[in-house]
Amino acid sequence: MLVSVAAPAGASTACAPTPETGCLSGTIKTAAGAPAVGVTLDIAGPAGPLSVVTGSDGRWATPVTAAGQYTITLDATTLPAGEALRDPGNNPRTVSVDLGSSKGALFPLGATAGGAGGATGATGGATASPAGGSEAGLDTPATGFSTEGGVSWGRVAQQTIAGLVFGTLLALASVGLSLIFGTTGLSNFAHGEQVTLGGILAYVFTQKLGLPLLLSGTFAVLIGAGSGWLQDAGIWHPLRKRRVGMTQQLIVTIGLAITLQYVFQFFLGGSSLRIVLSNPATVNIGPVFITQQSLISVGIAAVVLVSVSYFLIATRVGRATRAVSDNAALAAASGITVDRIIRLVWTLGAGLAALGGVLMGLYLNATSWNMGATLLLLMFAAVTLGGLGTAFGALVGSIVIGLVVELSNLVIPSDMRYAGALAILILVLLLRPQGILGRAERIG
Amino acid sequence: MDWTRIFSNVAGELIAPTTAAYALAAVGLNVHFGLTGLLNFGQAGFMLLGAYGFAISTIAGFPVWGATLVAIACSVVFALILGIPTLKLRGDYLAIVTIAAAEIVRIVGRSTALTGLTGASSGLRGDSYKKTFTDLSPLPDGTTSLGPFSYSNNASNSWWIRIVGWAVVLLACWLVWRLLNSPWGRVLKGIREDEDAVRSLGKNVYGYKMQALVLGGVIGALAGVIYVMPRAVQPDSMGRPMTFWVWTILLLGGAATVFGPVLGSMLFWAALMLIKTVGRDLIPSTVMRAEQIEQFGWIVVGVTLMLLVIFRPQGILGDPKELAINVR
Repeated sequence: MLVSVAAPAGASTACAPTPETGCLSGTIKTAAGAPAVGVTLDIAGPAGPLSVVTGSDGRWATPVTAAGQYTITLDATTLPAGEALRDPGNNPRTVSVDLGSSKGALFPLGATAGGAGGATGATGGATASPAGGSEAGLDTPATGFSTEGGVSWGRVAQQTIAGLVFGTLLALASVGLSLIFGTTGLSNFAHGEQVTLGGILAYVFTQKLGLPLLLSGTFAVLIGAGSGWLQDAGIWHPLRKRRVGMTQQLIVTIGLAITLQYVFQFFLGGSSLRIVLSNPATVNIGPVFITQQSLISVGIAAVVLVSVSYFLIATRVGRATRAVSDNAALAAASGITVDRIIRLVWTLGAGLAALGGVLMGLYLNATSWNMGATLLLLMFAAVTLGGLGTAFGALVGSIVIGLVVELSNLVIPSDMRYAGALAILILVLLLRPQGILGRAERIG
Repeated sequence: MDWTRIFSNVAGELIAPTTAAYALAAVGLNVHFGLTGLLNFGQAGFMLLGAYGFAISTIAGFPVWGATLVAIACSVVFALILGIPTLKLRGDYLAIVTIAAAEIVRIVGRSTALTGLTGASSGLRGDSYKKTFTDLSPLPDGTTSLGPFSYSNNASNSWWIRIVGWAVVLLACWLVWRLLNSPWGRVLKGIREDEDAVRSLGKNVYGYKMQALVLGGVIGALAGVIYVMPRAVQPDSMGRPMTFWVWTILLLGGAATVFGPVLGSMLFWAALMLIKTVGRDLIPSTVMRAEQIEQFGWIVVGVTLMLLVIFRPQGILGDPKELAINVR
């Protein structure tokens, strides 16, 4: 058991009330009863804003130095993948605390069972009882669960499926990144914000304007693609004409990423935004749980990715795109309008990223201003792994990264799972810098 | 509008420890990027490692010099790990790898698995590692006022950290000035301008790049130590945005210049404070809430970075002939 009571500063798992302090605490468990690790809760009240994270046993606790009403907000984006609050209307919730006493706050997870991600769910084997089988018990003594425990075949299967789903959705976003790099040579650090844009637009359309999900998703993708067109017309095309160097352009993408992130925050705030409030129904396939939503998402993603592949392989414009990606000067000499192809790639790439953002926002149960920024490095890892600049490499790389992220849950704590994927990125550069499908001469 | 308060707030930013820490981090980045042309997007990782190294070893009972050595050692190891796979590759690979490595440091540091060592995402409280440093202070206890500035002598956000911080910044500037005019520095600038030419002169380009990466990283780690002195070690406050602010500061002041990072850092923080304080007084909260004004400040930073890189890549102090930001 990993209860670190002796931890020094503000250990999130222990709090003893004294005459001067009161305690707020609780335990969050996944639907399958495993502890939900690394869930962030923001607390606002008389003692000022606080933030706590659940420990390896799913517990959280924080001392407060003033009595009164405290509003506790659970950051749904930090829930393990596939998990959702059983009652989202109960978040944020307000509790009142007195000094010298403890007060609990419950956030039951459930209904989605092992869910699409399943992440830390189903620790004791995936045959654990699904929805509703567990209570997020406040005073439940720490049970023997830990994220490291119990690598069973059922769990491997669950995580593999989760990895495939995550990888497929990641691929939507990565393909654009890779195509843009291939045709222009630009590492676009603002690509994550195109993903966020998709998710956030879907949120605005469904929750603020009340449109049905399908319609708002379509609008989000169209606007996303339009933003790609606009970006190339307004920023990147003029920069290319000015012959601004690649390194400069790279730093411009960073400036753009910062700007967009804070614009999102400016209008929609820093908390997580749920595109759909209801919890999706789950489907059981053998030992594996998956939400219907994820199945449909993967279906859409697969159809789109196959169409993009067909476009690149079999159509004239697609072949021209690959020619530009291969050698822009030669393509121009053989009569291809390089600028038009690049404009198309920006539009297509941004549209795919927006679709990825919508589906990812549904898959992760919530979107937020920094969703894309968090995914950006995974996209870079996927694109580098597959071979920078090759569209199909990005596809293969994304699937591998998705599997790594979800399967690494079996051996390392789930809040470190992105670190594993990034470590792979570094290892790939060490061992095979051209990636799986890349060619060696691409590297300087 | 209370202009005296606004101006004393803004002037306070000019000498704040945070400004010194960012200036120092930018000096380190200047060795990477300004002198050598390395695209290090993981400066926050160096800073966070330095901060962890210093804080954790102090908590373990190390004296100040020992803890500082640990911070330096952490950054050296980190630089070697980063440099070995990437320095032979094209520039933007280093960018992706450094940004990923800095994220790994942050993710691992904030993981609940390491709560006992790093305090996970709530971090390490300042009180737990500050004492050895404040004990070194020759200043008497109490508070000193100097013009509009009134800070305690030794506690937390003190004159002592300001004196030490800016002394280290000046020392680092002096070092960069010496390097710019040394044979070693000329080789680095040669690598920045044309790596192949330097290689054809028989220089070991890889070795020089590695030395620059290590040196800039060590300066970054010291910056991290200064940064956490008046606050706590919080991994989430030292993530990618921090790296990007350091870049903005360097490009604002002028890369490949001696005092560019210092000027950049002072301008950056003073301007942000100006936007914040003036915004709060002028803009009614129905139009923009307090946090929106702050976010507006960061939007201005992002736009400034874009415009700066496009229209004045040499920054305020830089010489356009000296630095053409471009690697192939």
